[in-house]
Amino acid sequence: MADHDRRALMSAAPPPISFETRPGRYRHWRVEAEGPVASLTLAVDESGGLRPGYPLKLNSYDLGVDIELADAVERFRFEHPQVRCVVFRSALDRVFCSGANIFMLAGSSHGFKVNFCKFTNETRLGIEDASRHSGQRYLAALSGACAGGGYELALAADEILLIDDGASAISLPEAPLLGVLPGTGGLTRLVDKRRVRRDRADVFSTLAEGIRGRRALEWGLVDGLAPRSRFEEGVRERAAALAASAPGPPPEATGVALDDLEPEESADGVRYRHVELTFDRPARTATLLVHAPEDPFPQDADALSAVGASLWHLRMARELDDALCRLRFNEPQLGVVLLRVAGDPEAVAEADRRLFRLGKTWLARETRLRLARTLRRLDQTARSFFALAEAGERFTGTLAELLLAADRSYLCDDLDRPAGVALTEMNRGACPMGNGLSRLESRFLGDSERAAAFGPGVAFEAAEAEARGLATFAPDDLDWEDEIRVAVEERARFSPDAMTGMEASLRFAGPETLETKIFGRLSAWQNWIFQRPNAMGDRGALTTYGRPERHAFDWERT
Amino acid sequence: MSELDSRIPNNVGLSHDRRLQRALLRWQPAFLDWWREMGPEGFQGDEVLLRTAVSVEPSGWSHFDFVRMPEYRWGIFLAPPEADRRIGFGDFAGEPVWRAVPGEFRTDLRRLIVTQGDTEPASVEQQRRLGRTAPSLYDLRNLFQVNVEEGRHLWAMVYLLHAHFGRDGREEADALLERTSGDVDRPRILQAFNEPCDDWLNFYMFTMFTDRDGKYQLMALAESAFDPLSRTTRFMLTEEAFHMSVGETGVGRIVQRTADLMAAGDDHPEENGAFDLGLLQRHINFWFAASLDLFGSEISSNAARYFASGLKGRAREKRRTDHAALDGVYRMLVADSGSLREREVPLRNAMNEVLRDDYIRDCERGVARWNRILDQAGIGERLRLPNRRFHRRIGVHADHRFDPDGNLIGEAEWEERRADWLPTEADRDVVRSRMVRVTEPGKMAHWIAAPRRGVHGRPLDYEYVRLS
Repeated sequence: MADHDRRALMSAAPPPISFETRPGRYRHWRVEAEGPVASLTLAVDESGGLRPGYPLKLNSYDLGVDIELADAVERFRFEHPQVRCVVFRSALDRVFCSGANIFMLAGSSHGFKVNFCKFTNETRLGIEDASRHSGQRYLAALSGACAGGGYELALAADEILLIDDGASAISLPEAPLLGVLPGTGGLTRLVDKRRVRRDRADVFSTLAEGIRGRRALEWGLVDGLAPRSRFEEGVRERAAALAASAPGPPPEATGVALDDLEPEESADGVRYRHVELTFDRPARTATLLVHAPEDPFPQDADALSAVGASLWHLRMARELDDALCRLRFNEPQLGVVLLRVAGDPEAVAEADRRLFRLGKTWLARETRLRLARTLRRLDQTARSFFALAEAGERFTGTLAELLLAADRSYLCDDLDRPAGVALTEMNRGACPMGNGLSRLESRFLGDSERAAAFGPGVAFEAAEAEARGLATFAPDDLDWEDEIRVAVEERARFSPDAMTGMEASLRFAGPETLETKIFGRLSAWQNWIFQRPNAMGDRGALTTYGRPERHAFDWERT
Repeated sequence: MSELDSRIPNNVGLSHDRRLQRALLRWQPAFLDWWREMGPEGFQGDEVLLRTAVSVEPSGWSHFDFVRMPEYRWGIFLAPPEADRRIGFGDFAGEPVWRAVPGEFRTDLRRLIVTQGDTEPASVEQQRRLGRTAPSLYDLRNLFQVNVEEGRHLWAMVYLLHAHFGRDGREEADALLERTSGDVDRPRILQAFNEPCDDWLNFYMFTMFTDRDGKYQLMALAESAFDPLSRTTRFMLTEEAFHMSVGETGVGRIVQRTADLMAAGDDHPEENGAFDLGLLQRHINFWFAASLDLFGSEISSNAARYFASGLKGRAREKRRTDHAALDGVYRMLVADSGSLREREVPLRNAMNEVLRDDYIRDCERGVARWNRILDQAGIGERLRLPNRRFHRRIGVHADHRFDPDGNLIGEAEWEERRADWLPTEADRDVVRSRMVRVTEPGKMAHWIAAPRRGVHGRPLDYEYVRLS
């Protein structure tokens, strides 16, 4: 297919992307999850791209491949908690993975590229989260060439075993070949996670052909080598050792099936069991409404297992996560998202209390971790979030995290039924941000006493919440409607780019972590490069990749 | 009529608008405190013949009666809505006007309203001591009429802030009462409103020239796409006309007095208790220049933005043809490396200058009427407006010296001629020495002629202010 056809196809209004899948529907991964060592085998279906126009050759991936990977990683935690080590494998001979598909990238809009990279970064952070918090180790078994995003996937694993066949190399060829960066955490993980010396990382990252065998091991780019004849044996040994190094699975961890969310979709929004996402396209806003639980929380660990994926916290987190992904990819025009809550705030408080009482059981723990990942996805979503509570509504506990994650919050200081905020155990570090702090700690940075003062059971009505710094504004009922209308209208008319940069700069006060560096530094630079002629111009390296003509750079450095 | 509607005459449905009621009832006491403290000094208990706006009917919008100023019924009136009014200029020309503040323009609109609103109480503060030296009861009454109406204009702007700008608006409304003309720490926003106005010559010059700036600002705001602002300012203009006539006729009566003396063979009217034409010219020079500054810089990105977004237009926009003003240029002479050169400015960026042009033409008509008085008295000398570049402190001309003809001159020449062109200390002493209070009905101070007629059909020797 000629390039212009490919571009025409991809620029037409694409069908909305769905983020729900399950192993039975995977096209690109094979899952084996018997016993403590599982495997996740990459077998990309060349013709299975999310959109037409680019064959996924050589185990290259697109968003569809990564949606399946993210799903698989989640399911290991919930459905196969006995698994202690997951081995990444390739179904192809001599090729592990050649990274994100270049033609897909070259033909995608800027917004799509940005969100694609963000999603894949979140997936890789999810892999590390599983290892750190759920004792599920990951081994990348590189049985062949591993380039770009393929090596970045390996970097997310706890260990990398490379086949030593004199041919298979690992590489980050993005800069020398495409004029862009290995933007899925590659550069950051080389120096920050693997402690590869920066000068060696510099050499490696500009070497299109990559590095093989012994030198890869010497430079710390991989953790072990195995000859072709002993590769399987080597994988088994390392996987067993990793599994043994992980804390044993909790005895009660039998797994719960993650059922389909099956939301109702319409032109005006997406409706889940606990979450409603509605669009106001003329105003370019969306509302994310989260309902409090209606069913009583299970009394003990057994009852909790029986409820399984229907547990409010878990189901709500999965729904919210799905809604955020849809917003990012399918609704790029909706710049302001109004976070709302409905239902009985006491029910949220009670559910939080009980979730904490059962906190040591694996499902309660996994649920909390899942919620934390979803809230971090919200933190990383490039939309303006305003939390709004009208008369009688209260952001409580888990849902108060939405208010704390929002860029601004408005609580109606109604004369008779003021809106409010109430805190529970969930607000004390149970859902850390990417910077490692709780949202309260980030909010009151450097004032740990103040952050600590907002303990479980603390509840404030609107005016008091405003005075104490939990809410931005508390307009009274007479002002409410106009105040909100004007604030939202104003926000929706600012430059979307300026808002993205401003919000990302204000949301993550405090310490740096691998995660904040990836999103705040690597991704930001990558997104800049994606806009520059040297990558995306007519003679840019990404544009001309695979074409007869060579790239031509503008040599001026900034 | 509800009790509230009679206390605050209005056509904005105040008795049904809970939000506005609460806001204004909270603000009104603060306003009255301000009025007692900062309003006309020494006359708060006297009955004054004042007109009060009671409706927007052209036939009978006002009501004349004796009232003590603190009991004046400051009302809220908007000109009647025009059916299907459309935005008349800028990028949104042709779209329906806005009944509510668009979020995108909240800050700019609030700024415009606050800046306009701040001038209203400022002038009351500047003029608060003038009553002591009023040249007649007729003039004293006119001063108070101007003052209470400036107070009403403050109300009008505060109404907009309360009705459309939420809590921020209320805070700005409070701040309008917290700033004080001439205060070191919290002065009024525009510098011209921080100079005291302690004598009647300056009062007439102020109402002639500075209030006329207000008229043109109101005319530009009357074109606004934000309909409540447009309607509010349109009604304010009906009252503003009186203020300018106080100034124009006031100066005219001084000119008349001088001309009468000169016609009678008195070559030195200043030695006979009146003012000579040179002193009047120096005051015209000063006040005209200071008032020109109020229009803002000749080349202004704010002005361009306000015009583009439909917030502030040109006076009488309907009479123009190109409402986008996107391609046009404005040519102005500016000082550049020691000489005046023509500079082309994109029309939208020159909107302050466009408005200034209209203002200058209006001022010229007033000066022409003064000269007619001189002409009729057979006196050859004439008064005139200085060039717009003369003695400016804001804008592209501010960093250079110009003579009253607009010629670029050096600092030395400026210093040498300054006393010929601008009021001097000696002038101020002369003016101050003339200021004596005249309280006998129908009598005028020596330096000013009597007006042609009284107020609202009353004779000249009517007791317009019942001094206690």
